[in-house]
Amino acid sequence: MSEVPILEVNDLSMVFGGLRAVDSVSLKINKGEIVALIGPNGAGKTTFFNCVTGVYVPTHGEIKINPPEGKTAILNGLKPNTINEKGLARTFQNIRLFSSMTVLENVMIGRHQCLKSGILSSILRTPKQRKEELKVLEDSYRILEKIGLEEYANDLACNLPYGGQRRLEIARAMATDPFLLLLDEPAAGMNPQETNDLVVLIQRLRKEDNISILLIEHDMSLVMTLSERIYVVDYGKMIAMGSPLEIKNNSQVIKAYLGEDIDA
Amino acid sequence: MINLKKIRKAILTAVWFMFLTFPLMVMKVNTIENTVQWRWINLAYIGISAFIFSLFWEDLLKRRDNIASKDKKKSINNKISRKLENKKIRNISLFVLILIVVLFPFIMSMYQTSIITTALMYVVLGLGLNIVVGFGGLLHLGYAAFYAVGAYTYGLLYYHFGLSFWLCLPLGALFSALFGIILGFPILRLRGDYLAIVTLAFGEITKLVLENWNDFSFGPSGIANIPRPMFFGIKLKLAEVTNFTYFIAIGLTILTIIVIKRLESSKIGRAWEAMREDEIACQSMGIDITKAKLTAFSMGAVWAGIMGVLFAAKTTFINPASFTTWESIVILCVVVIGGMGSIPGVIVGALIFILTPEYLRAFSEYRMLIFGLALVIMMIFRPGGIIPKIRKTHQFKVKEVKE
Repeated sequence: MSEVPILEVNDLSMVFGGLRAVDSVSLKINKGEIVALIGPNGAGKTTFFNCVTGVYVPTHGEIKINPPEGKTAILNGLKPNTINEKGLARTFQNIRLFSSMTVLENVMIGRHQCLKSGILSSILRTPKQRKEELKVLEDSYRILEKIGLEEYANDLACNLPYGGQRRLEIARAMATDPFLLLLDEPAAGMNPQETNDLVVLIQRLRKEDNISILLIEHDMSLVMTLSERIYVVDYGKMIAMGSPLEIKNNSQVIKAYLGEDIDA
Repeated sequence: MINLKKIRKAILTAVWFMFLTFPLMVMKVNTIENTVQWRWINLAYIGISAFIFSLFWEDLLKRRDNIASKDKKKSINNKISRKLENKKIRNISLFVLILIVVLFPFIMSMYQTSIITTALMYVVLGLGLNIVVGFGGLLHLGYAAFYAVGAYTYGLLYYHFGLSFWLCLPLGALFSALFGIILGFPILRLRGDYLAIVTLAFGEITKLVLENWNDFSFGPSGIANIPRPMFFGIKLKLAEVTNFTYFIAIGLTILTIIVIKRLESSKIGRAWEAMREDEIACQSMGIDITKAKLTAFSMGAVWAGIMGVLFAAKTTFINPASFTTWESIVILCVVVIGGMGSIPGVIVGALIFILTPEYLRAFSEYRMLIFGLALVIMMIFRPGGIIPKIRKTHQFKVKEVKE
């Protein structure tokens, strides 16, 4: 492909003491793609996410982005908030909402870095600051409408049903205006109906907002329907990469998930 | 409702309490005459009150759970706040409040005015600490240190350079905020208990430095003869200056409420709350947590600094004994009892916490006992404080899509 990938991870390793949680993983995402990262439990998928989003500083390797608008940048060693400002937004495997704030406020937090006004203009409540606040409210409400949570806008985040909380995580991430959305097990704990809705939502987000998506997921039917390419990791190492069909028939992947056939 | 089983349980509780408090409440050794006084009447009081209390204890708990599970819209707070939404009622109550506030010093004695001034100072201190503890979720046990910084700013600047109260007011705020940032840097990575320990130590260290650095702060003997605030360069008489200080305190309280309310509903206030809820998620949403923490500490410290200057001007004498850990704990209690993160809660909390001991001097021996009991009961029945925080809601009209 002649196209420059919007996210390029080269040879990424993360070592905790004697454990190589992620071992020389390389990964590319092109513009508008939905890519899945799968692997058995403890394979290092979430660690990989944490390296890319700045929660951990990787021991080795390079993370490079080429945003559709903006300059090429290397993300190694940047703080999570700076990485977010550069256009990478994520959700969490174990839901991490601001639970005693309202649903709307959760989304408003996502808009934080789009706001310019400082402490002084907040205290003086300048016309500019007021206008900005109104706009945040409106923007956040629009985002909730898009995700389908507007009826809960004034409820506390912790009172949302489980599926709703997962969707709110996506809404909050979308509020930061990302070009790449990283979803860590977005369908975990959802029932089939909710999972179907989620598939529709993710596809719509990609089309309407022009974003790329990297997702970690255990629900294979979701992975197979959504993703264009799949990366498989096991014990921190990349063991396979390819289209859903290729992955389904890859003997190494089957081995990683189901174990070796004794008779063979 | 009341059956035999309950009564039996209550009697047992009463007996148990009588037994527990027997040595403390009944026996009194007179060391001069070497006799023992037996105060049996106390035992009866304890027995009766423990009996009644335990008889209704379970009902009280049940009632609390009922209220909690019921629709929140029916709670007392919302009743009050909904009444206040009515413009007419709101205006009238506001008018009455202003009238009381303005006339108070002219009707009441100087002593009363002075007490209220102190209470107002604690309102501001509570609101300041509320930024750090209530909004930011950072448990801060050394808040009195900032208070001391403000007071010593005025004391020392007056002593060496003769600077006036009005000039020192912003300077005290500035130095305090700086101190907040200096404290903030080393503890950026700490959370919870560890943060509490370090801030506690910070408060103690500040006090010890003031006590021992004689050349700088004049040690335990402190700084005396600090001038009271002047009214446009005119020196006032004692009675007048008490009233004047009262009005300064009122003015500063209103300023604090306005500023903190605005900060709360702005971008920075939301960032503080997000930080309290979840630091990792907060960072992943693009909030610079270093900046948020440092602003919380400095914005909280500002009010302590201002109140420190006012305190120095009001008492005209400062020494390190005024800024002990106990002071920090009192301010923290004001915040927790009032309602963490709730501005009206903290105001009411400060007024109750500071004024009650003043007016109940008769029970001053039992002050700590009553405080302790009140805290325990509060935590059981109103864990959110006297006036818990009410979340702001936003109304949207469903707009027609224009195509």
